[in-house]
Amino acid sequence: MNTLTFAASAALDGPDWFAQFRRSGAEAFAAATRPSSEQEIWRYSRIGELDLDGFGPPGAAEASLPATVDTTLADLAGLAVVQNGRVIRCELSPELAARGVKFASAVELDHAEAYVGQVIGRSDDALAVANDAYGSDPLLLVVPRGVTVDRPIMVVDWVSAGGAAVFSRLVVQADAGSAVTVLHQQRSDDQNCWIAPVVELHAARDARVGYMVLQDLGVASWQTATVVAEAHQQSTIDVVAAAFGGHYARLRLDLRLVGRGASGNLAALYFADGSQMFDFRTLQDHQAPDCRSDLLFKGVVDGQSHSVYSGMIHVRPEARGTNALQTNRNIKLSDAAWADSVPNLQIENSDVRCSHASTVGPIDQEQRFYLESRGVPTRRAEQLIVGGFFDDVATRLPHDELRAQIAALVGTKLGVAS
Amino acid sequence: MSSVLEITGLRAAVAGKEILHGIDLRIASGEVHAVMGPNGAGKSTLSSVIMGKPGYEVLDGTVTLDGVDMLCLAPWERAQAGLFLGMQYPTEVGGVGVVDLLVEAARSAGRDPSLVAAAVRAEADRIGLDAKLLQRSLNVDLSGGEKKRNETLQLAVLRPKFAILDEIDSGLDIDALRAVAQRVEAATEEFGLGVLAITHYYRLLEELKPDVVHILARGVIVSSGGPELAEQVEVDGYAAFAGIG
Repeated sequence: MNTLTFAASAALDGPDWFAQFRRSGAEAFAAATRPSSEQEIWRYSRIGELDLDGFGPPGAAEASLPATVDTTLADLAGLAVVQNGRVIRCELSPELAARGVKFASAVELDHAEAYVGQVIGRSDDALAVANDAYGSDPLLLVVPRGVTVDRPIMVVDWVSAGGAAVFSRLVVQADAGSAVTVLHQQRSDDQNCWIAPVVELHAARDARVGYMVLQDLGVASWQTATVVAEAHQQSTIDVVAAAFGGHYARLRLDLRLVGRGASGNLAALYFADGSQMFDFRTLQDHQAPDCRSDLLFKGVVDGQSHSVYSGMIHVRPEARGTNALQTNRNIKLSDAAWADSVPNLQIENSDVRCSHASTVGPIDQEQRFYLESRGVPTRRAEQLIVGGFFDDVATRLPHDELRAQIAALVGTKLGVAS
Repeated sequence: MSSVLEITGLRAAVAGKEILHGIDLRIASGEVHAVMGPNGAGKSTLSSVIMGKPGYEVLDGTVTLDGVDMLCLAPWERAQAGLFLGMQYPTEVGGVGVVDLLVEAARSAGRDPSLVAAAVRAEADRIGLDAKLLQRSLNVDLSGGEKKRNETLQLAVLRPKFAILDEIDSGLDIDALRAVAQRVEAATEEFGLGVLAITHYYRLLEELKPDVVHILARGVIVSSGGPELAEQVEVDGYAAFAGIG
């Protein structure tokens, strides 16, 4: 059964605005060029192996989550569980609800149409447009003006739908002067599926938004994720992505700095092994003066895995006083592993400070010798070096337990007995 | 228990070029041997070959610790057998702290890792290394003197049988030099450390008193003697020794 039809889109439930939103999405998707590795934005990828029409809609959500999906992180201000694209649980601390914070399925909230799809607009990426057409249940977080959410809000995105295409969406609206951090866990079982989540982040004037995503999908999952972040005047958006799972996992991350003095910090750590492919496409889009963006992506490839980093800093003519950094570093742990690293600059204003750096190489021999000369066996020395390599990204994660989870995942990949 | 580090007929090459042409040295526990020589004599090659640094090829000869062949062991096995290399340019390792390293070293060697943190603090205090620096990544953003204090701290915590100190006196001020030398000197008494101190300059040996001084030139030891040999180098320079100049 094919999910990607007008009938399938129209058959989904929800309020009128959402039906209209999907209908126009379905029209755009029908008109869009399907991805192929001939296109620059899909170059190096294995997208040709993904048969989009081979997936059906997910079945009904199951009653309970597997024990491997952890919803018990301490010190949360809110928790939502999304299963197979449906919001099945959503809790918010009463104190924040009383202060006007809204956190619920968008189909249940008034005026949700003012937020859903607003940041991403009509994507030039057909697989993000597919989410417009076939998404069933967007999750919406609205933080009102001046409200600081002092503990993280967690979203667990769980997929257990073999043969299905799953389109979840998270929309975060931080109004002027507000602050919020969202921790997003993306997990799936070991069945073949295609997951195309969209995340929209909107930081209004003077707002602070943190978005940390841990991708630990099952071994047979295909993921084509899109995150679009829009930062207005003097606001700050911090994104940290950690990627470990999936057969093919793509993250397209667009940061738009649209208001003067806005800033964004984009960081990622990833560790691919076996036959995995991770595919990162980033855009630091400077549209306003005096904005700052700092990107740091660090990855390890082992086995026969393959990573792609392709990033662009685009400084538009009006973006004088831009300060933009782009760094991608990769360690190759095996001869058969491969990392592509392609930083790009497009600069249309002369009053800018931009730099980019990119490295791909094996573990530094001098570092390994230094640790070995203290009596640390070779494999343990390499584990210490890789752990240390990720350290400057991991320290950007604002939650101890999440940091520990990520350290454990790195340890598992390295074969460290815990 | 007294130990012996013995080097016989050691010949070694770097990138196909023979640098060491036959080195013989015998160091016992508690002894301090200084190897002095001009630039290019092969001093750093000697220390690297003893520890098994990649990129060095042993052509002939032996290195044994209490009769056990070191040259067939991996660097970490040599370290666990009781060798330590204090490096001229200690390598930066981002995200790995000195305690992380020494805990792992203790665990790997079957020693109690829970004792390491306290030992590191005590040694930092003793060698005059600011405790705040212990939180940093290994050798990242440390001054020359701090790096060498940090090397010596690791030596003191690991308590090897023999330490090869490769120009431990380069790039540090007189206070740091004195602190490092005094700590190494004390270790020869405390746990019978044997020392092979490789140096270009006499000033280290004013603090770390050698029992034997060897002059290394063009890949061979051209002269060995007591501390007076170092003083003679200070006055006459290396050119005065046979085969040089």
